[in-house]
Amino acid sequence: MTTDKKSLREALESLLTDQLLSVQERLGEVTIVISASDMLPVLTMLRDAEDMRFSQMTDLCGMDYSAYADGAWEGRRFAAVYQLLSIVHNRRLRVRIFAEEDDFPVLASVTPIWPGANWFEREAFDLFGIIFTGHPDLRRILTDYGFVGNPFRKDFPLSGHVEMRYDPEQQRVVYQPVTVEPREVTPRIIREQTYASN
Amino acid sequence: MPEIKNYTMNFGPQHPAAHGVLRLVLELDGEVIQRADPHIGLLHRATEKLAEHKTFLQSVPYMDRLDYVSMLCNEHAYVQAIEKLAGIEVPLRAQYIRTMFDEITRILNHLMWLGAHGLDIGAMTVFLYTFREREDLMDAYEAVSGARMHAAYYRPGGVYRDLPETMPQYEASKIHNAAAVKKMNENRQGSLLDFLEDFTRRFPTYVDEYETLLTDNRIWKQRTVGIGIVTPERALALGMTGPMLRGSGIEWDLRKKQPYAAYDKMDFDIPVGVNGDSYDRYLVRVEEMRQSNRIIKQCITWLRANPGPVMTTNHKYAPPARESMKQNMEELIHHFKLFTEGMHVPEGEAYAAVEHPKGEFGIYLVSDGGNKPYRLKIRAPGFAHLAALDEMARGHMIADVVTIIGTQDIVFGEIDR
Repeated sequence: MTTDKKSLREALESLLTDQLLSVQERLGEVTIVISASDMLPVLTMLRDAEDMRFSQMTDLCGMDYSAYADGAWEGRRFAAVYQLLSIVHNRRLRVRIFAEEDDFPVLASVTPIWPGANWFEREAFDLFGIIFTGHPDLRRILTDYGFVGNPFRKDFPLSGHVEMRYDPEQQRVVYQPVTVEPREVTPRIIREQTYASN
Repeated sequence: MPEIKNYTMNFGPQHPAAHGVLRLVLELDGEVIQRADPHIGLLHRATEKLAEHKTFLQSVPYMDRLDYVSMLCNEHAYVQAIEKLAGIEVPLRAQYIRTMFDEITRILNHLMWLGAHGLDIGAMTVFLYTFREREDLMDAYEAVSGARMHAAYYRPGGVYRDLPETMPQYEASKIHNAAAVKKMNENRQGSLLDFLEDFTRRFPTYVDEYETLLTDNRIWKQRTVGIGIVTPERALALGMTGPMLRGSGIEWDLRKKQPYAAYDKMDFDIPVGVNGDSYDRYLVRVEEMRQSNRIIKQCITWLRANPGPVMTTNHKYAPPARESMKQNMEELIHHFKLFTEGMHVPEGEAYAAVEHPKGEFGIYLVSDGGNKPYRLKIRAPGFAHLAALDEMARGHMIADVVTIIGTQDIVFGEIDR
C-alpha cells in the first residue's frame, strides 16, 4: 500500500504541475488542494488519466472553517471536500476546493463528471449555502419546506431560530421563535500540544 | 379527442412501502413513470451538527440511530475514524469481536431487508420467517451490550466489554409454562459463543427455506427480473456501493479490497450479479448472508481459543478498569478527565469507511485538536442510492417503484441523518 501511495503523490505532482496548490500525505491518505477557477478540467483529468482513474466520487462534504481552532483559521471560509475512489487502482484521494468569496461562496458543479454528485451538492447548498454553478436542479434537500438559513454554518445556533407547534385557536401548525435556552454541558476545549503528556 | 396530460402523483410520506418517511412525487404517463422526485429530510435530525456539540464518546450512540437496522456497522466506521486520527492500537480480540458483530449486523440487516422487500411485493411469509431469526441475533446484541438494537458497544480503542459467559434465560409466564421455557432455553445454557455457534449451525437451513419460497418462485421472478437494471458504468458514476454495485457485476468489497478489523484473516467469497437487476441484487444479498455465516464461524473458533484484552490500555482514550480506578490516583484522574472533558483527538482529518450491509459507509472526521469533532460528515450509502431512484424508475410501472425502493434497501435514518 505504501509504495502505491507514494506513486499516487508523485503521479499527482507530475500530472498537475501548476494546478496543485498543495499536496499532503497523512495517515495513509493523500489530500490535495486545487483552486476553484480550474476545478472542472483538473477533476476531469483525475477521473480520466490512466494512473488516476478516480471513477467514483464517494462523498462531497461542505466545510465551514470559520471557527476552526477557536478562530485561528486564516484563509477562505467555505470549502467542499471531495472523496474520490479509484476502483482500478484501489486507492482514495481527497480533494479540497475553497470557494473564492466568503460572503457568496460559489463552486462549479461536478455533476457532468460524476452524476452521483447531484444530491451531495444539493446537501452542501442546503446546509452551507455553497452555490454550485451548472447544477441541474439546485434545491434544498434535507431541511424543511420553506426553511430559512444554512444550518450547518458555524454561526447558526444548534437550537435553530424557529420552533413548530400546533395552535389550537388557528387549528393549524404555526412557527414561532425558539423558546429553548442554549445549553452547553461540556464546553469546547482545545488543549496545547504538550498538555498532560507524560 | 381531449389532450392527454402527464399525471402527477404523490407517494408517501406515510406509506408502508416507502420504508419510512419517503415522499415521492411521481410524474406519470398512464401508469408509466416519467420522472420520480424523492423528497427526503423528513427524518433529518442534524446528527452531524449535534456531534459537533458533543464529546467524541457521546456521539457513539447517535451512530446507532443512523441506519437503525445495522447499528454496529455505523459505530464501526465512527470509532475507526477516531482511532485512525488518534493512532490508537486496538487489541486483536476486539478486532475479532467487531468482525463477528459486523457480520451479525449484516445478517440482521439483510433479514430485515428480505422480509420487508418480500412483503412489499406480495410475499408475506418470508417476513415471518426472517423475523424469527432476527430474534436470536437481537438476543446476541442484548447479551453483549444490554440493548437489543442501539448497542453503543464499540468504543474508540476496542469494545465496551468482553463477551459474556452466560446467556439470559427465558422465564415461565402465563404464555409459556415451565416445560416450554425449558425447551426455549436449551441453546442458552452455555456462553454467548455457544449460542452463536448453535445459530450458525441452524442458519444455512433457514436461508434454504427463504430460497425455497422465493428464488424459483414465478411471481417473485416476474416482479424482480429485469426491474431497475443498472449497468456497471452507471453504477460507478452514480456512486453506488455495496450490493447495488456488486449486483451490477463489479467485484468491489471493502472487506477484501481495503481490509479493516480482522477481515484480512477471514476466508469468504464476494458474490456478484450479472444483469444488474433487482433479482440479481436479491441473489447477491442472500449469498452474502451465507458468507457472513461463514465469517461468524471463523470468528467464534478464534475467539474461543484466544482470550485477551478487548480495550486499549491508552487511558487518554479508553477509561481504566473500575477496580484500578478506585485504587490508583492516576487512573482516577484519567477517569475523571475522560468523562467530564472527554478525549482530545489530535488535529487533522481522516476518512474511515466500512463495508456496511448497504454499501460504503464512511465517516469523514475533521478535528482541530478539541474535545469535540470540528466537523463530522457521514457518508451514507443509501443517500447515493436514493439519488439514483429517478434514473432507475424511469420507464417502469408504478408497482415497480416499490420493487426499486425495496431493492435499494432504503433506510431513512442514514439518508436523512
